[in-house]
Amino acid sequence: MARIGTVLQAADHLGACLARWGINRMHYLVPPGLYALGNPTPESPVLVTANYKMSFDAVRSELGGHDVWLLVLETYGINVWCAAGKGTFGTEELVNRIRLSRLDQFVSHRRLILPILGAPGVAAHEVTRQTGFAVRYATLRAADLPEYLANGAVTTARMREITFSFYERLVLIPVEVMLALKPIAWVGAVLFALFYAVGGLSAALTAFGGYFGACLTGIAVTPALLPWLPGRSFALKGAVAGVIYTACFYLGAGGASWGWPLAAAAFFAFPAFSSFYGLNFTGCTTYTSRSGVKKEMRLSLPVMAGSLAVSLLLVVAAWFV
Amino acid sequence: MKGFRYLEDVTTLQFDPARCTGCGRCVEVCPHQVFAVQGRKAELMDRDACMECGACAKNCAARAITVDAGVGCASGLINEWLQERKLLKGIKTGGCCQ
Repeated sequence: MARIGTVLQAADHLGACLARWGINRMHYLVPPGLYALGNPTPESPVLVTANYKMSFDAVRSELGGHDVWLLVLETYGINVWCAAGKGTFGTEELVNRIRLSRLDQFVSHRRLILPILGAPGVAAHEVTRQTGFAVRYATLRAADLPEYLANGAVTTARMREITFSFYERLVLIPVEVMLALKPIAWVGAVLFALFYAVGGLSAALTAFGGYFGACLTGIAVTPALLPWLPGRSFALKGAVAGVIYTACFYLGAGGASWGWPLAAAAFFAFPAFSSFYGLNFTGCTTYTSRSGVKKEMRLSLPVMAGSLAVSLLLVVAAWFV
Repeated sequence: MKGFRYLEDVTTLQFDPARCTGCGRCVEVCPHQVFAVQGRKAELMDRDACMECGACAKNCAARAITVDAGVGCASGLINEWLQERKLLKGIKTGGCCQ
């Protein structure tokens, strides 16, 4: 059993920063097992978390001055919420980890404190039935743990209300950009080659730049401006941001000289890309449902495809008619 | 949740009050305050706030709650569709939820 500190070092901050950019993100983890924070006694509380190092650090850095046990589950370097969704932060792993770490020999009580976002993977009553440990879901955020422990393990309404602040959205954007780069590069290369073949380098650069900006509008701008974009549908929010972006691009890139078919093609194609990536951000939010996303996809994917088809026809018309 | 609201009338969340024992676990696990215990039973307070995470159903010992929980991003769902139709055999696609 390892004893760990509660003050994050420069290397911890750097590692977290790199992981946010998708660097070493899938291998940013700590060994699962039981850890001691401060000088815990057999009466000290047991907190449970995932073995993604950013989750582990988030918990321990909030608990300076506390004496607690930290039971870290093997989630293969995935955070609590995502791991709970796929079941690795789950009943089976928790039960196994309690046994493997011989938790019952370190503590005299039989209580576990779990993050609320771990609940989709853990059946509390099953854990109790199999191990004798009672489960309490404490808080959504690690930052509320000190207050939770100080006020006698009472979860206030605020501690269980999820948020999605500007900053909380902003930190998600880098990794989304990195994950999307590969497909964007493929589509972009085809687009570049087509425009280069017919219109030369300048046309190819304009087409590629416009397309790339449209993707970024969906991936970065739409999440950042989420509450201010109209409607509830993410596809619609992305499309609106995309139309505004296209208008800016049209003015900034000398759209008046394109001729109307190409200009119209831009206004059909670019918002479709923004809309798709805007819709994709539903996977990162804290409030969208699977059924809602399915409904959005049924309605919006045909519109996006139609929009791209019209755009393609306009481009062909501009060149060959 | 303050400031954000998703589509209405889409959630697959179902609650059977006849089975409910009023233990309050659903209130404890829901990040969107969909449930509240009124008297000796839970009650659906805000069904449309549900994000289908499945925490309530998973933690309901009385099996009074069902919901179709799962991945909620467009690329994840597209991958699921393609795999179900066996169009993605052997191809590993990038994504956040691997």
